Amino acid sequence: MNLWESLRLAFSALRANKMRSFLTMLGVIIGVAAVVALVSVGTGASREVTAQVQALGSNLIIVMPANARGRDLRVADAAMIEQRVAGVVHAVPYLSRSATVVWMGRSVDTRVVGSSEGLAEVQSRQVGRGRFLSSQDVLYRREVAVLGEKTSQALFGLRDPLGQEIYIGGYPFTVVGVLARKGQGGIFTGDPDDQVIIPVSTAQRILGTTRLSDIYVGIAEGASADLATNHIKRLLELRFGDPDAVEVFSQEQIMAALGTVTGILTILLGSIAGISLLVGGIGIMNIMLVSVTERTREIGIRKAVGGKNRDILAQFLVESVIISVTGGAVGIALGALGSLGISRLGDIPTVVSPVWVAVAFSFAAAVGLFFGIYPAMRAARLDPIQALRHD
Amino acid sequence: MTAPDRVLLELKDVTKVYGQEGLAVTALRGVSLRVAKGELVSIMGPSGSGKSTLLNILGCLDRPTTGSYLFEGRDVCRLSDNELAEIRNRRIGFVFQTFNLLPRSSALENVELPLIYRGLRPAERRRRAEEALGVVGMAHRTRHRPAELSGGEQQRVAIARALAGNPGLILADEPTGNLDTRTGEEIMGIFQRINSEMGVTVVQVTHDPLRGRQTRRIVRVRDGLVVDDGPVPEAEFVRAGGDPAPSRVREAGESR
Repeated sequence: MNLWESLRLAFSALRANKMRSFLTMLGVIIGVAAVVALVSVGTGASREVTAQVQALGSNLIIVMPANARGRDLRVADAAMIEQRVAGVVHAVPYLSRSATVVWMGRSVDTRVVGSSEGLAEVQSRQVGRGRFLSSQDVLYRREVAVLGEKTSQALFGLRDPLGQEIYIGGYPFTVVGVLARKGQGGIFTGDPDDQVIIPVSTAQRILGTTRLSDIYVGIAEGASADLATNHIKRLLELRFGDPDAVEVFSQEQIMAALGTVTGILTILLGSIAGISLLVGGIGIMNIMLVSVTERTREIGIRKAVGGKNRDILAQFLVESVIISVTGGAVGIALGALGSLGISRLGDIPTVVSPVWVAVAFSFAAAVGLFFGIYPAMRAARLDPIQALRHD
Repeated sequence: MTAPDRVLLELKDVTKVYGQEGLAVTALRGVSLRVAKGELVSIMGPSGSGKSTLLNILGCLDRPTTGSYLFEGRDVCRLSDNELAEIRNRRIGFVFQTFNLLPRSSALENVELPLIYRGLRPAERRRRAEEALGVVGMAHRTRHRPAELSGGEQQRVAIARALAGNPGLILADEPTGNLDTRTGEEIMGIFQRINSEMGVTVVQVTHDPLRGRQTRRIVRVRDGLVVDDGPVPEAEFVRAGGDPAPSRVREAGESR
């Protein structure tokens, strides 16, 4: 009996039990749809993270206090790094807090960043209107502020913000500039278009602290990030007398670390969904076993008129593979729709990757084959005489 | 006796034991039997006499425990499952007491079944199946499913299925056992006709002495042994009435 006959036979058997076939298929549909949709979330997250880290620039090194035995980073440390480490162009102090900014009775909750004139270059930011911070601003602790584009919109709407007086934590600041929109890259620093940048010296004074959150180090084009990273580590180890006081990451290291995290996330989501696919496969096996028992007499008849063991095996195997393959195809369509829905409703970037679609589909087909083999072998091995007597 | 080239099947001292030692049940204790091509034979005996086992072995559904079985010159004991399936498919047709048609398939599809396993092309299958249905007078009901047919009609479809593959042997297990007397007569008429007109060897198992006298030879089985084997005397032979197949007029009068 050829494959075409097997297919025809399997379809007619599946049609005879529409509800049951559909419910069995549903297990696979849900499994495959879950794999496709969840992995698309994982892949989307990982793409997003990669894009954001790349947006930081390959010449960026971040220094931050270590979590457990963290020591305080100070402005002097930034100055030391800038002076002593070869290849460093800027070492920019960075102090970030959330705060409420008020203008004419309007208030906006945003992030206030204390930094210096080098930040624009280190973070590759362009000024849209007015100017950025200057070294004078930092030196004289001027009460001046540069707004992110969204913050400016929220406070001033269409009015010209330049020269306006805003209040941050009760202190008055003059708006001297607005940053050009960046759009992405907020993974460490929050939304780059929703912030207020003021001189680090002023920030430390109004916050009553001498600490920094981080130091952003920009290195020269062509300089080795690894060399600079090691140098900075040794320098700060000497300064604190403790090799674990601070953590120093280059963009490459951050990318690798985050890549691992998002990779684990994707695999985790994929495996959870894969388990549901496995459960769907067990459903197939269950139904096929029932079907073989129900059709024992039919199997006996087929064998009596000359059906060979392999014909019977093929008949039942093709049935279970049709269930899983059809379920797989429908599942991919539903999963892609679900992925679209997640990205629209949840505002999460999702990417349906063809590789994972292929993986999910092959896995579904393999599940049908694997869980179909046992019932099909049982059918093929039935003794025709016993089978004919069965009622 | 029979010339060697006329021998269809030959059992020599065949035994059949079911189950393992200790719990073993002996169904056949040494049966020897020879059937020539073109014979019309009844196997008779009380229940438990081993006649069903004998039929299963004749039909290559089962192998003897000891002894030998030659079917068309081939030693069945030495053949693989696949080769036995091949013989059943091409050389043997089965007719059962309970018809055993596939309930979801039409009469035509049921008759095509052995031809599908033979690998024939759809057009050829269909032509042969329609021809076989014509022989049993069912040409007008090819699209009906078994549930839409009477018992007699179902048995005719089953005979057509057995006949479609153009076999050398048709084995029938109590073919009239589930039918009323008149319908049983019709079925026996078909067997007599395909035997005499088409030369198909027919071996049936039956309880009914009348059905036995409607064949040419009776083999009596008791306790796993052949106790009597002989031709039905010409004077006792009963020609089955009521095979209406050739007559369209009568078919029409019968249909509901």
